[in-house]
Amino acid sequence: MTRKFTHRAAVGVTLSALAMALISLGVPNAGASSGQNPPTASMKPQASIGKGEGKLNLIAWEGYAQPQWVKPFEKATGCQVTTKYAGSSGEMVSLMANGGGGQYDLVSASGDADLRLIYGGDVKPVNIKLIPSWNQFRPFLKAPSFNTINGVHYGVSLQFGPNVLLYSTKAFKSAPTSWSVLYSSKYKGKITVPNNPIQIADAALYLMKTKPSLGITDPYELTQSQFTAAVNLLKAQKPLIAKYWSLASDEINLFTSGTTVAGAAWPYQTITLKAAKIAVADTIPKEGATGWADSWLLATKAPHPNCAYDWMKWASTPTVQAEQAVYFGETPANSLACPLMNKIQAGSCAGYHADQPDSYFKSILFWKTPLSTCDNGKNNCVPYSEWTTAWTQITG
Amino acid sequence: MSLRSFALPRRFATAALLTPPLAWFLILYVSSLALMLITSLWSVNGFTGLIQHQLTTSNIQQVTSGAYPSIIWRTVLLAVLVTITDVVIAFPFAYVMARVATPRVAKILLAAVLLPLWASYLAKVFAWISILERGGALNWTFQHLGLPAPNLGFTNGAMWLTFTYIWLPYMIVPVYGALEKIPASLLDASGDLGASSWWTLRHVVLPLALPGLVAGSIFTFSLTLGDFVTPLLVGGANSTLLGNAIYDTLLTGGNLPLAAALALVPIVIMVGYLGFAKRLGAFEAL
Repeated sequence: MTRKFTHRAAVGVTLSALAMALISLGVPNAGASSGQNPPTASMKPQASIGKGEGKLNLIAWEGYAQPQWVKPFEKATGCQVTTKYAGSSGEMVSLMANGGGGQYDLVSASGDADLRLIYGGDVKPVNIKLIPSWNQFRPFLKAPSFNTINGVHYGVSLQFGPNVLLYSTKAFKSAPTSWSVLYSSKYKGKITVPNNPIQIADAALYLMKTKPSLGITDPYELTQSQFTAAVNLLKAQKPLIAKYWSLASDEINLFTSGTTVAGAAWPYQTITLKAAKIAVADTIPKEGATGWADSWLLATKAPHPNCAYDWMKWASTPTVQAEQAVYFGETPANSLACPLMNKIQAGSCAGYHADQPDSYFKSILFWKTPLSTCDNGKNNCVPYSEWTTAWTQITG
Repeated sequence: MSLRSFALPRRFATAALLTPPLAWFLILYVSSLALMLITSLWSVNGFTGLIQHQLTTSNIQQVTSGAYPSIIWRTVLLAVLVTITDVVIAFPFAYVMARVATPRVAKILLAAVLLPLWASYLAKVFAWISILERGGALNWTFQHLGLPAPNLGFTNGAMWLTFTYIWLPYMIVPVYGALEKIPASLLDASGDLGASSWWTLRHVVLPLALPGLVAGSIFTFSLTLGDFVTPLLVGGANSTLLGNAIYDTLLTGGNLPLAAALALVPIVIMVGYLGFAKRLGAFEAL
């Protein structure tokens, strides 16, 4: 018995030493290919949802905590919801500092903030088995790379949308087929793009298709030379820009007044402008498009975890997904929400492309935080902090 | 004896009265500025976005390179232009209010200057968007007069107009205060001694009104220097001001140290400006 045990122990030690050696050899490639492990990776998520704590504190984009679905939630679970609205991804990251500070439970972060929150240790793994509606999600949103790392879920997908090319049908007799119109001096002074550093990815996406020699494979993972090329393209674009829009309403005004005739936009702007009988349309050009996808992420120090799980469950159901999609103007993660959207607003399902198969969204590359580690295992990508300074250099 | 026994409680009372405002000033104002200065010497980890508490001057260096000098230059230039324009408009207006109009009319004019201050800042900026944008009131008027459309919407010219309008009351009020204080006897004496009205204006009124003008310019200059809402709303593609750079660095970029370093720029500029204003005697008119 003792011998056996010793023998087994010896084998175990040898094996683990071998494994360690292998791991240490493999780390530069295997480890980096899926990114290094986030600080909270080893935290075990809860196995079941206990009794609610009576309270829930959210950080959300405005429009994600409307009374029409918050009130029924409060009634059903007894969790009183308090929401802090954030104006930008950066604000969400700073509000979530130190694991939500023991104050906040969930944040409805977009892909450009997710990895910052995950690698900052501000959010922790989520037990996806406790969210039954997750099984109805579109397959590409079940474990997307912006909220799932090494198979560990740090968030539950919520809503998404493409960044479309919005154009005036008076200026364009037929739909433009390429993003090149936003870089063409033909429309000088009549172009608008978002005032957001992640816009560099739009330029990179365009270069990925039009200048293959640069070797861009992912617009969010750019080496210094690829990054410089994208920044230079945007610097050349600047004289053509009428305004870098910050709020969706800015862009709606620009198209309503006829100041701009082409721009990067969200489907929300198109639908709002069309409802106001402005002659516009949108398209996803042949190069594809960038897009955003929001997820609920669970704060590392969430003081009300049971209410937080209840909320993630609730927000993932087809009914709430449909209500949010129509209210916000975006596409729900839950594939069963489409008919319910049409009930709320006729034609909204097709308007937000919620009726399209997954293949339709293949051409959309979703926002994710640019990190210095690239997926190809190298460590020479330009991190997000440099994106923001470059953006100031472009627009400043 | 009785004096001595009174002196102590009185000193206590003075101390008790002064402590709260002094504490407020030191704790909330001075120490937060000191904190900002320290923060500007830290850096942000590019991977996790967390602040690294190691001293570095890289933020300060960054502020003096790249696009920042042109942003700073644009902001200062705009602040100067807005201030000059406000002086040119406010001086004759305040002069009429203080010295020409009857007291009744002066009161009505003062109310007309002050009333817009009660309206929301945002409402006023949005009003300027609707005036200046393509298809707005200004273009419409020009077209109906057979003139080419100025298309001022979303340009730096639009920012200049909007700032000039919004900060105008802050210039008129101190100038009015300074002009009102000039004794009529001085103007009479100047006239009796044979000075032309132009000479009196240049050598009597203007020097006495200068503290008011400088006091007003502190408002118009510093308010323009720190604003980020007007450039966001009425500005165009070339309208990034210091306030926007700080806002974007902090809220979009999450780079608190760099934002702190940028925030030091208007402080340095204002300290210099206030020193200059003090020499001109502006604080006597505040």
